[in-house]
Amino acid sequence: MSEPLVRLDRVEFGYERGRAVLSDCSFCLHRGERVGLVGPIGSGKTSLLRLVVGLTRPRAGRVEVFGRDRVHEADFHEVRRRIGYLFQDADDQLFCPTVLEDVAFGPLNLGKSRGEVRTIVAQTLAQLGLSGYEERIAYRLSGGEKRLVALAGVLAMQPEVLLLDEPTAGLDEVSADRVMDILCTLPQAMMIVSHDHVHLARIAHACWALSDGKLDPVTLPLPGH
Amino acid sequence: MASRLETVALALVLAVVATSCCRLSPREILRRLAPVNLFACMVLVVLPWSTAGAASSPDAATLLGSRGLYLGVQVAVKANAMVLWIIVLLGTLDFTTLGHALRHLRVPGKLVHLLLFTVRYVDVLHAEYLRLRMAMKLRGFRPRVSWHTYRSLGYLIGMLLVRSLDRSERILAAMKCRGFRGQFHLLDHFAFSMRDVWFVLVLSIVLGALGWGELR
Repeated sequence: MSEPLVRLDRVEFGYERGRAVLSDCSFCLHRGERVGLVGPIGSGKTSLLRLVVGLTRPRAGRVEVFGRDRVHEADFHEVRRRIGYLFQDADDQLFCPTVLEDVAFGPLNLGKSRGEVRTIVAQTLAQLGLSGYEERIAYRLSGGEKRLVALAGVLAMQPEVLLLDEPTAGLDEVSADRVMDILCTLPQAMMIVSHDHVHLARIAHACWALSDGKLDPVTLPLPGH
Repeated sequence: MASRLETVALALVLAVVATSCCRLSPREILRRLAPVNLFACMVLVVLPWSTAGAASSPDAATLLGSRGLYLGVQVAVKANAMVLWIIVLLGTLDFTTLGHALRHLRVPGKLVHLLLFTVRYVDVLHAEYLRLRMAMKLRGFRPRVSWHTYRSLGYLIGMLLVRSLDRSERILAAMKCRGFRGQFHLLDHFAFSMRDVWFVLVLSIVLGALGWGELR
């Protein structure tokens, strides 16, 4: 098998002086793989994703992304350019006034020219069925639209890996279906945190469950869901 | 300070003309002018009594003819003209455009982004406030004059601050994840068009006329 895109090796994580949220977690994500991550609230799913992009650092263990050890803030700059992270609350992500500017934010940070950025934004919005949304005001969008625009902002950076934190949380059935259908069409490797086991079972190739700080493979849907 | 009353009056007339071109609701305009005119009224009442030269016990005629009244009228006319021009020129812009224009005019990025972030998140924070307030109400909270009320409202404000701080950290994290390294880039989208030429032309004539009225 090819070199994994993301590898966590015996990672331990906890907030200062508190008990460990994650202990001895090992995990790999390969090219083209869609991996689901389930577990009760507070079990450390989001923390795991944040470790991968360096928003938090492990107490122990190694974080290896794109074949290199990542330890310092500077190591993660490249990681964040190549990994797209979709936040749980789209309001945290959509901080620009208009959709156009928000989707353009990432590509501009990557140093693309304004012409290129416009093309990328138009393509990305079209890909998500959001053509014509450019001048819409971000905070006046519906929940489902916000989620898709946030996803567009991430995809506009043309990432190789997607980390999705509860992509369907707070959405109605129709919007949730739409988001999941779109995710199915994307070529990127993904880690998807979700409580929505039905959807997850449909799109994920493999699933892991987090409980008591440990990662274990599971088969969805779990009994009782 | 010593403008001619005619010039100031001309500025007001032009402001009224410009306002009538803007299709704003007269009611809204009057509502915005109300506080200014309240202040102007106070000035009008006070100034004739307090300018130098007024006699110690002046009669009505001296008061009406005094320089103070002249100044008071000038202040009132000026204030109305200024507010009307602000309504016409700034009030009709949306915040986004204003922010971008400021940035293009080389206003420091930090200030511009402070403005834009405020506009973007004031709604979110307000919604958060309403949710907390509703939750308090549902548990029987009714504001009274009591320590319990003050303490609870204090907690509410404290909670809003904590949540805003949390949110700002999440926003920063989200921005970092999209490659933010402390530098904002701006998508150009202002283009100089024929309309701008006309606007500059008309505005120069207006300013020229006012300047001439002042210096003549």
